Formats: sequence, C-alpha cells, structure tokens
Amino acid sequence: MHANSLQYITKAQADYARCIDDDRLEEWPSLFHGPCLYKITTASNYRDGLEAGIVFANSRGMLTDRVSALREANIYERQSYRHILGLPSILSEDGAKVKSETPFMVARILQDGDTSIYATGRYFDVYEIVDGVAQLHERTVVCDSSRIDTLLALPL
Amino acid sequence: MNKIVLPPEASTPANWPEGLTRVPYWVFQDQSVYAEEQRKIFQGPNWHYLALEVELAEPGDFLTTHIGDTPVIVTHDTDNEIYAFENRCAHRGALICLENRGKHRKDFSCVYHAWNYDPQGNLTGIAFKDGIKGKGGMPDSFKMEQHGPRKLRIAIVHGLIFGSFSEDVPSIEEYLGEEILNHIERVLGGRKAVVLGRFTQVLPNNWKLYMENVKDSYHASILHLFFTTFELNRLSMKGGIIVDESGGHHVSYSAIDREAEKDVDYAKQQLRSESEYKLADPTLLESFDEYQDGCTLQILSVFPTFVLQQIQNAIAVRQIVPRAVDRTDLNWTYLGFADDTREQRLTRLKQGNLVGPAGYISMEDGCVGGFVQRGIAGASEDQAVLEMGGAEANSSESRVTEASVRGFWKAYRANMGI
Ligand code: FES
Ligand SMILES: [Fe+2]
Repeated sequence: MHANSLQYITKAQADYARCIDDDRLEEWPSLFHGPCLYKITTASNYRDGLEAGIVFANSRGMLTDRVSALREANIYERQSYRHILGLPSILSEDGAKVKSETPFMVARILQDGDTSIYATGRYFDVYEIVDGVAQLHERTVVCDSSRIDTLLALPL
Repeated sequence: MNKIVLPPEASTPANWPEGLTRVPYWVFQDQSVYAEEQRKIFQGPNWHYLALEVELAEPGDFLTTHIGDTPVIVTHDTDNEIYAFENRCAHRGALICLENRGKHRKDFSCVYHAWNYDPQGNLTGIAFKDGIKGKGGMPDSFKMEQHGPRKLRIAIVHGLIFGSFSEDVPSIEEYLGEEILNHIERVLGGRKAVVLGRFTQVLPNNWKLYMENVKDSYHASILHLFFTTFELNRLSMKGGIIVDESGGHHVSYSAIDREAEKDVDYAKQQLRSESEYKLADPTLLESFDEYQDGCTLQILSVFPTFVLQQIQNAIAVRQIVPRAVDRTDLNWTYLGFADDTREQRLTRLKQGNLVGPAGYISMEDGCVGGFVQRGIAGASEDQAVLEMGGAEANSSESRVTEASVRGFWKAYRANMGI
C-alpha cells in the first residue's frame, strides 16, 4: 500500500464534507474527476445488487444540473448538513487507483433549528492519486437505513 | 372578575359540509377518525396493494408489509399460489415474522412460544401442547383449526398483488373497472417487471394529504418548477384526467399532441429548445418510446393507497402506509423490465432522478403535505376549498381541475359512511 494514500484520501474527504456543509454546492461537481459516478442508495439495495439510486449521476453535467435544480427550481425548506466522517479504510490499491470505504454521519439542521441525525452510512469511493492529490472518480453513498425523512435535497 | 370562556365543541365526523367542494381539516387531525379509517377502509371492502408478483417469484418466497396499521405476511406456497395473512400470532399477538423478505421458507414460527404456522397462515403446531410428563399443556378442548391469524383474499392484476380483509369486496376487475384496468395493462401488461430499487420516504403528514397530492393535477406545473425552469416543456402537449365511477381511482396523463405538433411551426419549436436549453447534461431526458402512444406521463391511483407511475421511462409503484395521524410511509419500488437493453436500463436509472425522495419533479410532494399539516394545526373547524374545475368528480380533458381530488373524498365518505 502506498504509504500516503490514506492521507491523500482523508484530505479529499475533508474537502468534500466542507464543500457541502459550507453550502458551496456550485463547487461540488468539480470534486469529481474522470468519467464521474455518483449514486445514493441504501444498504439493502446495495446488498441485493439493485441498481437504482435515490440520486444517480454518471456525468459531472448531471451533478451541475442537480445543483442548479436545487438552487433555481426545487422547493424545500432551508436546511444544512453537518457531515461527521470516520476514518477511511483502503479496500484495494491498483497502481494509482485506490478504492476506499468511509463511514459517515450526517446531521440535518432545519431553518427552525431542529437538528436530527438525517443519515448514517458508508461512502464506497474510487480515487486516482495524481501528484499527491486523491481525485474522486466514483462515489456510492450507501445509507444504512432505507427510510428518508421527508425528502433528500442536498447531496450526501 | 375573570370569566373563563370554554372553546366551542369540536366537530364530529357527522359535520361534513354538503357537496364535494369542502374538506374539513379535522379529517387530517383526529385520532378517532384515524382509528375509524383502519376499521372501515383498511380492513373494509377495498383492495390493497401488497407486493409485486416478481418479488415472490418462487415457492418459499415471502415478504412482510402493512395494510394500514395491520402487519401482513405474503407468501408463495408450494402449490404455486400466493397467500397473505395477518402477521399476528394467534397465541398472544406477537409478530410471527420479523424479516422484511426472504426465500425457502417452509413455515413460520413465532419467537415468543414457538407456535407454528404454514405458509398459508394455518396454525400447525404448539410447543408443549401436551405438557411435560402429563402435566401442563393445552386443554383437549383447544382446537388448532379454530385459531389462526386472519387470512386475506388475494387478487393479482398484471403482476400486482392486492389483498383484502373483507369477504364483501367485489372482484378486482369490478373494483377497478375497465378503464383503470386498461391503464394498468398499458404499463405492465404482458411484461416481466424487474425491481431496480426500493426506498421509503417518511412523510410528516396524514396519509390522505399525500393521496390528495397524487390526484391533484392542478399543482403539477406550479409546485414542480423543474421542467419550467429548464424550459423542457413541449409546446404541443395534451392531457387529461380520468376519474372512475366510485371516484376513488384516477388516471392523469399527458401526451404529445401529434395533430397540434403538425400545426405549430415545428422548426421554431426545435430552435427554441436548443437555444435556451439549460441542462448541462440533457441526456437525462433522452427517452425511448416505450408505449408507442406519445404518452409521456401517466399517474394512476387505486383507492385507497396505491399509485402506479410512468413518467417518461421512470416506472414505479408507490404504496402509501399510514403510521400515525400525522405520519405516513411512502414506499417506492422502481421498476424496469426483463427485456430492457443496457441502454434502456441506463435511461431508467437516469430518469429515476425525476422521482422519489430526491426527485426533480417529486421532492416537493414530500414536504408539501407537511406544510398543510402544520398550516391547519389550529384550524380543525375550517375547511379546504376544492372548486377548481367545478364541483363534480368527473373525467376531464383539462388537468387544471381538482376533479380527482373530489373523487377521492367521494369514495372516502362512501367508505366511512359520512
Ligand atoms: S405469542 Fe406467539 S407463541 Fe406466544
Ligand atoms: Fe406533485
């Protein structure tokens, strides 16, 4: 295992979480590289090999559209997230390609201050390490629960 | 001296305004109404969606679900029939089955005292029935055949399994009527469905507020701004709604109007969409012509709590399960078909973004019921207004109408006897 992979991935994870929690969603698509795959699903769908996602994007353009829709079209109560990430585990390493699994917990804060644990789960990621930077190619967000409270607006 | 003024007496279910254009808010708030609905609607003479036939494809397959509050087990037995029975032990009421779904099940054993049931819901065994060494055990007068969870009647239409607690419910064909049946057949008939994913959306509102929303064709282009914002609406669309005779079932559809399309300056329409297209990845909406009828959207509901959806190539069934007066589970099952090509399957996965808890044109439906539930909190004596498109509950060529919402209340009141 490349000694620094874990460090590079940890930095990428921290940047990702801050991007969403700081409401810099316009920058979120640029965190993805290469062909880009982003999907949110549930542990039970993941286990059963069911393909559909709550969100499914196989291009950065689709991520951009998701953000534009959230900003311009969709109607939902103002809210923000706080991502708490666990330590990444490196699942496999093949040259510069690294697969990892990272546990997360996301609290959702609604406009009236009501705060709840909105989602817990795991990120299954594929990174490419380029010049000391872990570039995210694929992220499958696997939520532990199949139940989504009210709606899912902001990305996980 | 201070005088205490007592609030006026709360309305009772008998106080329903005349006609179909008013809905008193207490119907979304009252605990006794909720309890009455369980008895009269969910245990009453209606058909309730339970599962897809493909989810119970082989003998030994089973799953658990709910009809209203009532937990239910659905099975595929070795005689190749589908059965359903209450998930409640005949002994002292524990859940018989704790799993969501599974395979190769020959019997069900209650964990509490191991009373045992076959896949048809018959009580087949009682632990220590004859006691130990002649002491204890059940009395001889106890007959196993006289005990068991309630069994449901089953009906299957185009791969959809429905169940009913009622002996009085008409056949499913009669219940749905020809028009609704035809529109179910249009989406599912003769095809082998494949489950692509399952999600549950927890709605912070009464179940009827979601059913109203499903049947409300008036809100579609107003609340859901995705198509408008990205200028994806076609100039020449036609649409309409169908409300069945009972009022309880409906179809809302929109289709490309090929006649009108010939009339309008088609080149100009193309130009317009190209120049103002705002999606960074327009492949989201690259559909394939699945039904060869130009119909891009068909939302169909069956009273009380089932929805079949076709939005372009995003096919799904939705099961609505009331959990409390102000809490409802919305169970989504996304579908494809066994003969999908890889490209078609990818199209369905992409168009899944339109629907569900994060759907571009459905996410608002997850919160708007909660806005009503919170909005009416102090106004149980007040009433909703349903006058868009008149006072009747009939089919209509306009979708700017609340006719199918009025239809829902017509069927609801008939069921509830109010
Ligand atoms: S409650 Fe089921 S065996 Fe006793
Ligand atoms: Fe809607």
